This record gives sequence, C-alpha cells and structure tokens, in this order.
Amino acid sequence: MKKLLTVLLLLSTLLAACGRKSTATPAGGGLPADAAAVAAERGLTQDDIYAALKTYTPSGQLDPYIMIASGGQSGQVLVLGVPSMRILKVIGVFTPEPWQGYGFGGSGDKVLEEGYVDGKEIKWGDTHHPGLSETKGEYDGQFAFINDKANARLAVIDLRDFDTKQIIKNPNAIVDHGGTFVTPNTEYVVEGPQYATPIGWEYAPLAEYKDKYRGLITFWAFDRLKGRVDESKSFQIELPPYWQDLCDAGKAVSDGWVFCNSFNTELATGGAPDAPPFEAGTTKNDTDYLHIINWKKAEEVFQAGKAETINGMAVIRLQTAIDEGLLYFTPEPKSPHGSDVTPGGEYVVVGGKLDPHVTIYSFDKIQKAIAAGGFEKDQYGVPVIPLDQSMEAQVELGLGPLHTVYDDKGYAYTSLFLDSAVARWTLGGPYASKHPEQPWTLVQKLPVQYNIGHIAAAEGDTASPDGQYVVALNKWSIDRFANVGPLLPQNFQLVDISQTGDQMKVLYDLPIGMAEPHYAQIIKADKLKPFEVYPEVGWNPDTMSVDPNAVTEPAQARVERNGSTVEIWMVVVRSHYTPEIVEVNQGDHVIWHLTNIERQRDATHGFGLSGYNINLSLEPGEAQTVEFDATQPGTFAFFCTEFCSALHLEMAGYFLVKP
Amino acid sequence: MRFFSLDPDVKVLLPDGSTRGLMDYLWPSALLMLAALLLMISLFVPYWSMTMTAPQYPKGLKVDVYVNHLEGDMREIDELNHYLGMPPLDEGGRLERSISVIALVVLGLLLIAGVFIHNQWAGVLALPVLGFPFVFIADLWWILYAYGHSIDPTSALGGAIEPFTPPILGVGKVGQFGTVAQFEIGFYLTIAAVFAVLLGLWFHRAAYKPIVDARKRVKSSRSSMVSGQ
Repeated sequence: MKKLLTVLLLLSTLLAACGRKSTATPAGGGLPADAAAVAAERGLTQDDIYAALKTYTPSGQLDPYIMIASGGQSGQVLVLGVPSMRILKVIGVFTPEPWQGYGFGGSGDKVLEEGYVDGKEIKWGDTHHPGLSETKGEYDGQFAFINDKANARLAVIDLRDFDTKQIIKNPNAIVDHGGTFVTPNTEYVVEGPQYATPIGWEYAPLAEYKDKYRGLITFWAFDRLKGRVDESKSFQIELPPYWQDLCDAGKAVSDGWVFCNSFNTELATGGAPDAPPFEAGTTKNDTDYLHIINWKKAEEVFQAGKAETINGMAVIRLQTAIDEGLLYFTPEPKSPHGSDVTPGGEYVVVGGKLDPHVTIYSFDKIQKAIAAGGFEKDQYGVPVIPLDQSMEAQVELGLGPLHTVYDDKGYAYTSLFLDSAVARWTLGGPYASKHPEQPWTLVQKLPVQYNIGHIAAAEGDTASPDGQYVVALNKWSIDRFANVGPLLPQNFQLVDISQTGDQMKVLYDLPIGMAEPHYAQIIKADKLKPFEVYPEVGWNPDTMSVDPNAVTEPAQARVERNGSTVEIWMVVVRSHYTPEIVEVNQGDHVIWHLTNIERQRDATHGFGLSGYNINLSLEPGEAQTVEFDATQPGTFAFFCTEFCSALHLEMAGYFLVKP
Repeated sequence: MRFFSLDPDVKVLLPDGSTRGLMDYLWPSALLMLAALLLMISLFVPYWSMTMTAPQYPKGLKVDVYVNHLEGDMREIDELNHYLGMPPLDEGGRLERSISVIALVVLGLLLIAGVFIHNQWAGVLALPVLGFPFVFIADLWWILYAYGHSIDPTSALGGAIEPFTPPILGVGKVGQFGTVAQFEIGFYLTIAAVFAVLLGLWFHRAAYKPIVDARKRVKSSRSSMVSGQ
C-alpha cells in the first residue's frame, strides 16, 4: 500500500511538472544589466523602478481591476484598467458620441431625447458620481449609474454592452450633485440635490428663499430585469434648502438608511457685491447638518399614499418626513464634504473641508439617540441629534478633508484637498484588530499632485474592500505633464496601498485631457461579464433582444416602397452592404433597418451617410433602425466608418435622392 | 494472467466429438462487437480537423469534421472565403453526411451478424468496415479538392489565388493563414475498429473453421457410409 502511494505521488509530481507551461523565465534577483543601464540613463530611482514594475502591463496581459470614472463636463463615462491606467473606453452618456454612433440616427437618439429639459435639447452634461449596481453591498457588475449635475439627470449603463440605456430627467430639480449612490441591493439609486430651487424650479424671488426654496432627495426605483429606472415606483423627499451635497447608503447594520451632508444651513442667498457672496455666506456657521434619512420607512410612507404628486413624481413633504420620523439631523463641522459609510455599515465618515478633522458618526449611537428622543428642532422642525450623542470619534488629518474610502486592513483613506495629500488613518471598533496601529489615528499623509478631489479604492466603498490600490483624482496637474496650453489635463494618480504603515507610494500619473472627472469606482475585472459579440444576430441593444426587423442573411435584404415611405432591410457584413444602391424620391420617408450579421469579435462596421448627419456603430450581431425624411436631393455615399477589413474602403454604397 | 475464467468443465462439443474451451468462441464475438461499438462511438466525435491561424486570429479558427456535421468557426471561415467566391463549408460532402449515420449503423450490424454467422461469410460481411477509413480519406480528399478548386475568378480576391487542394494532413498556407490538418479521435477509432475486426476474424477462423471442417468430415463419412450400403 505504501509503495503504491509513493508511486502515485511520484506520478502526480511528474504529471504536474509536465503540465506546467514553460514560459519566459520570470525576472528576479536584480535588474538585468541592460535594464539597469536604462534606469541610469533615465535617472530612475529605486522607487521609480518599483512603480514601473507595479504598473507595467505587457501586451496581452489584462488588468485585474476596471475603473468606471466620471467623464465630467464631457457628459461621458470613462472605463480604465487598473493598475495599467490605460483608458479602455469612453462611453457616450449625456452627449452624442460619434464613434459609438450614439446620437447620430440610431437607438441612442431616443435615449438622449429622454434627457431633454422641457422639450429642449441639452447639449452637455456634467457627469459626477458613478454608482455600480450592488447585491448585498458588493458590486455585482451588472449596471452603472451616473448623474448629470448640470441638469439633474440620471443615466443607466448596462454593463453587458457598456451602452447607455436610459436617461431620466428629474422632473422637480434642475441641478443635483449627490448622485448616484445605490442601496445595498440596488433597490434604489439615490440622487441627492445641491443648489436649492423651488420644487420644479419655478420662479420665486430670493427673498422667499426660506419658504419656497427646497432641497429634494430622489429615490429612483431600479427594475433590474428591465434594466431601467421605474419612475412610478420612485419617490422624493422634500428637504430644507441646505444645499445637500453627497450621500451614501447605509449597509449591513445600517441598511435602510441614507446619510447626506449639507453646507448651507446658513440659508445664504448670496448677492455680492451688495451682500456677502455665497463663499462667505455659506461658511459662516461652525456646523452644518448631516442628514440621516430612513429610506425603508420612507418607502412605506410612499406606498401608504402619503406622498403628493408634483410634476408626475411622488414627493414626501418635509412635514410628513418629520412626522413619520424619516429625517434627522446631527451637526457636522464646518462646510463638510463627503459622507462615506464604513464597509460594515457601523460608521459614517464626514470630511471637514474647512475643518482639519474627519468626524466619525456611530450608527449605533444615532439609533440609540433616536430611540431616546427629546431633541431640539431646527428652524424647519427637523429633530437635531446633538453631536455628543452621534459622534464616535474625530481624527485630525490636515487641511481640506473631503472623501473617504476603505481597504481590507482597517484603514481609511481620505483626500485632503488643501494639503494635496492622501491621508491613511485607522478605523476603530471592529476594524481595530486588522491594523497594527492605534484606532482613530493618522498613519501617513502621502503628497499627491495636486488638489485631490475624490478618491477611489479597489472595491473601496463596498462591504468588502480589496486594498491594493487607491486612485487620487487630482483636479490640478500644474507641472506634471508637457505644456499643452492654458487648459491643463486632470491627473489620475495611482497609489500603492498594499503595504501597512506609512508605506503608501505614488505609482503612476494618468493625464485626463478631455474633461474634469469627479468620482470613480474600481471593480474586480472578473465580476464583469460583458458580451464579446451580441448574443444573437439581429440584437437590438435598446430592448436587449432580437429585433423583429433584423435581417439575418443576405437573401432577406430588400427595399420596399409603400406610398411615400421607403423601408430598407440591409445586411451588413465584410466588406459589403446588401442592398448596395438605394434610390428614393425627394420627400420620401426613409426607414432603414441595418443588421451586422458578423459573429467574429471586433468585426464592427459603421454606417455613415454623408449629408444626413447619420453615423451608426454596428457591433457584431447588432441591429439598428434609422428613420429620416429624404429632404435633400442629390447623390450621397454611405460607407463603413469602422476599419473592418482589407476591403473596408470598398464597403460603400450610393443613396440617390431624385429631385 | 487471466482476468476472468470460464467454467473449465463447460466445453463446446464439435461434430466430430472433440471438445474445445469456451474462451475460443468468446474472443471473435467480443472483438467484432468491440469493433461495432468503436464505430458507434465514432459517430459522436470528430474525424478530422483543420485549424487556421493568422495574426488577427490569436485563438485560431478551427473546424471539426464529424461524419455527419461540422463544428467550430465555419461562419468566420465562410465569411473570409466569400472573398474568393468559395461556397460555404457546409455545402461540402452533403450527401455523405446525410447517409453517414445509417451507413455506420449498417456496418456495425454487419459486424454483429458476423458474431452469429459461423463461416467464411462473416469475413465478407466485415469487408466494408475494413475499407471504411480509406473511403473516408478518399472522399475527404475529393471534397477538399473540389472546395479548393471552386474559387470564383470574379470574386474580390478570386484572381489573386490559384486553385489549390488543402492538405489532408499536416501544414499548409493560404494567404496570411497557416493551416494545420489532422485526423481526430473518430478516425483513429475506425482504425482501431479495423484492427479489432482483423483480429476478430482471425479468432473467428480459428474457432469456427474446425467446426466447419469437422462438419464436412462428418458429412463425408456419412455419405461414404450411405454409398457403402
């Protein structure tokens, strides 16, 4: 028996040895001479070499993390690989994007039209805070949401094809900021307000600010099966006009609650030069209010019919919110920013912005205080929990603390805007045993370049952060990159947080030269399961099913005339369109169905039609329909706009419009 | 070493009164049935494959040829071949594929019949199986030849490539594509079946020829007895 085991063991070792692929020998034991020469020639330090090795990603090697970042004023969303910091994709969201044919005749037009304000086309958006869909407080890789601060809009991106599926205009707010944050199972996508206006942004003089102006927090109900926000199941809560800012949903122990900071409890109405400007008026008070909102109870109140319908949207009035116990305040030091719940949901961390501390609130203490009751009320009658009954700790970090993310070792990372630094500090309570330092203490301040705004960590705002990396989303880059004129790129800086203590290191600078992004989230790449090609030929990316007008083989391609309507069913495949010649009369209504019947990955075709402002991106299997009136007579070419094959230029046809 | 043993006291009694062990009769039946089984298994696995590699196809394109259908990247290969005006891969060997399952079942049944037919006819019935792998190769070559010679000179690239016959085994090159053709498990199963049949027939002869001979002897001695009366 023993012999047999020995033989088996030997065999398995042999087999294992055979199974191992012989690849290039991994480097180690010092730099090769030629690499050392390069380092010397370029003046690279030991730290530089470390950073290079941590981030260099050989061709064909894939990033373990994907960062979904706001695209700022471009109205887009960026997709990047971490740690390579390579930009993988720019997703058109609130603004037309020609490469994806988004807004140039295809189904994206309808999505963009959903975002019109009072019927008016809005030509820009300012994407702020992406929110990945979550299940049990963990990113599930299915959807991403993002808000447009500029026009109070929300967009849904389906992560099966990284395509924008829905834009929803907030009917009662014209500007927002604190979106998007999802509840732990994506029951709701939270859109917080910012600059108060009367509900529905109707006119009211600023003298009536206190009485007529309001904040509004919106809970957009998300239908996961449809992949769309369901407005009929969504509701809003009216808030005092305190310029609420950023929110975060509680999770685990604090599931059912949402926490938002605010920064104008002064009710400043500006008016420089005759009155103090907003920058002075809103910073007068020593404290503002952290808003503590019971969304589960608010949902019950909404479902019980205790909401008013305003502009088609259910709104829980401020007084109802107070009476039903949906809303509490607690003071937060000076012009706060950020509101970030710890992985286990026990604490909420708020940055001081103009106060050198982060203030840590205990959900448990808040709940005890609410149970005990008997609070003072603010000027709108909202109960205010005294700071000593809600606060767990304060940690002095430095100047301008804003946003906080977490890792797996019990550390928190806060961006310090004025200090231009990332602060690593220790959490207490259940996190104290995970790190070697004292709880609630500053461990390291790492300078970043420059003026850091948001900060993102690998799975850093989920129930189980990964550690490894944080990315500093710096607002200024000053001297970091070659001068390209007075408008400078932003600087995404990758920071290594894999080691404990004061060992954080800056690894890489990525210039973002197309807008000023705000927040980003970093998801494990293997949680994303996008299509390689659309699952079936004739796939309509809007309905996410096979389109009834798709044509799956050239034999089905045809042109039909019905009165003055010409309908075309076109097959698109390397390197030709079928039919290739389309002839109509001036004034005809043209309905043009196109199906890319390719099954090969990356065999995308475009469809550009000169003179008619039409350009589609037809990805393998995709079907699209373009509808327009042939108002311009003449001879027009249509052609493939995505280099598809050796005969790409030959992939063309004529569209003849007879006068 | 014997893996199992038959009861040594159970014997086959030959017409001339001599006896032989059961094992002698088990081998031919087992081998012929094994060959039939191998043929049936081969229905479910590929016989031949061609893999095409090119810079822009890092995973390559592969087509597995089964006796009754094709599997793999035919769609993409057809897509590329349309530039040469070549017909879809699926159009090659349609007749053969449509009858292949029935044909192989018939071949298998002929082998099973050989288990029950205890004379030289068993060998005749097994002959088609012995020829099957060679018929497969010849037919495949013909399909490949016809395919490589179906280039349409009016197609996009038809004028640029000479008619060719893709190699049935080994490497070749067409345009930027390297090709590797090889036989797959199904074909090797048919070769194994051929050997099983040959061995089975040898045992078959060894087992039943004495019976046939004995029967002849008995018959001739009886007739001599009759003629002698």
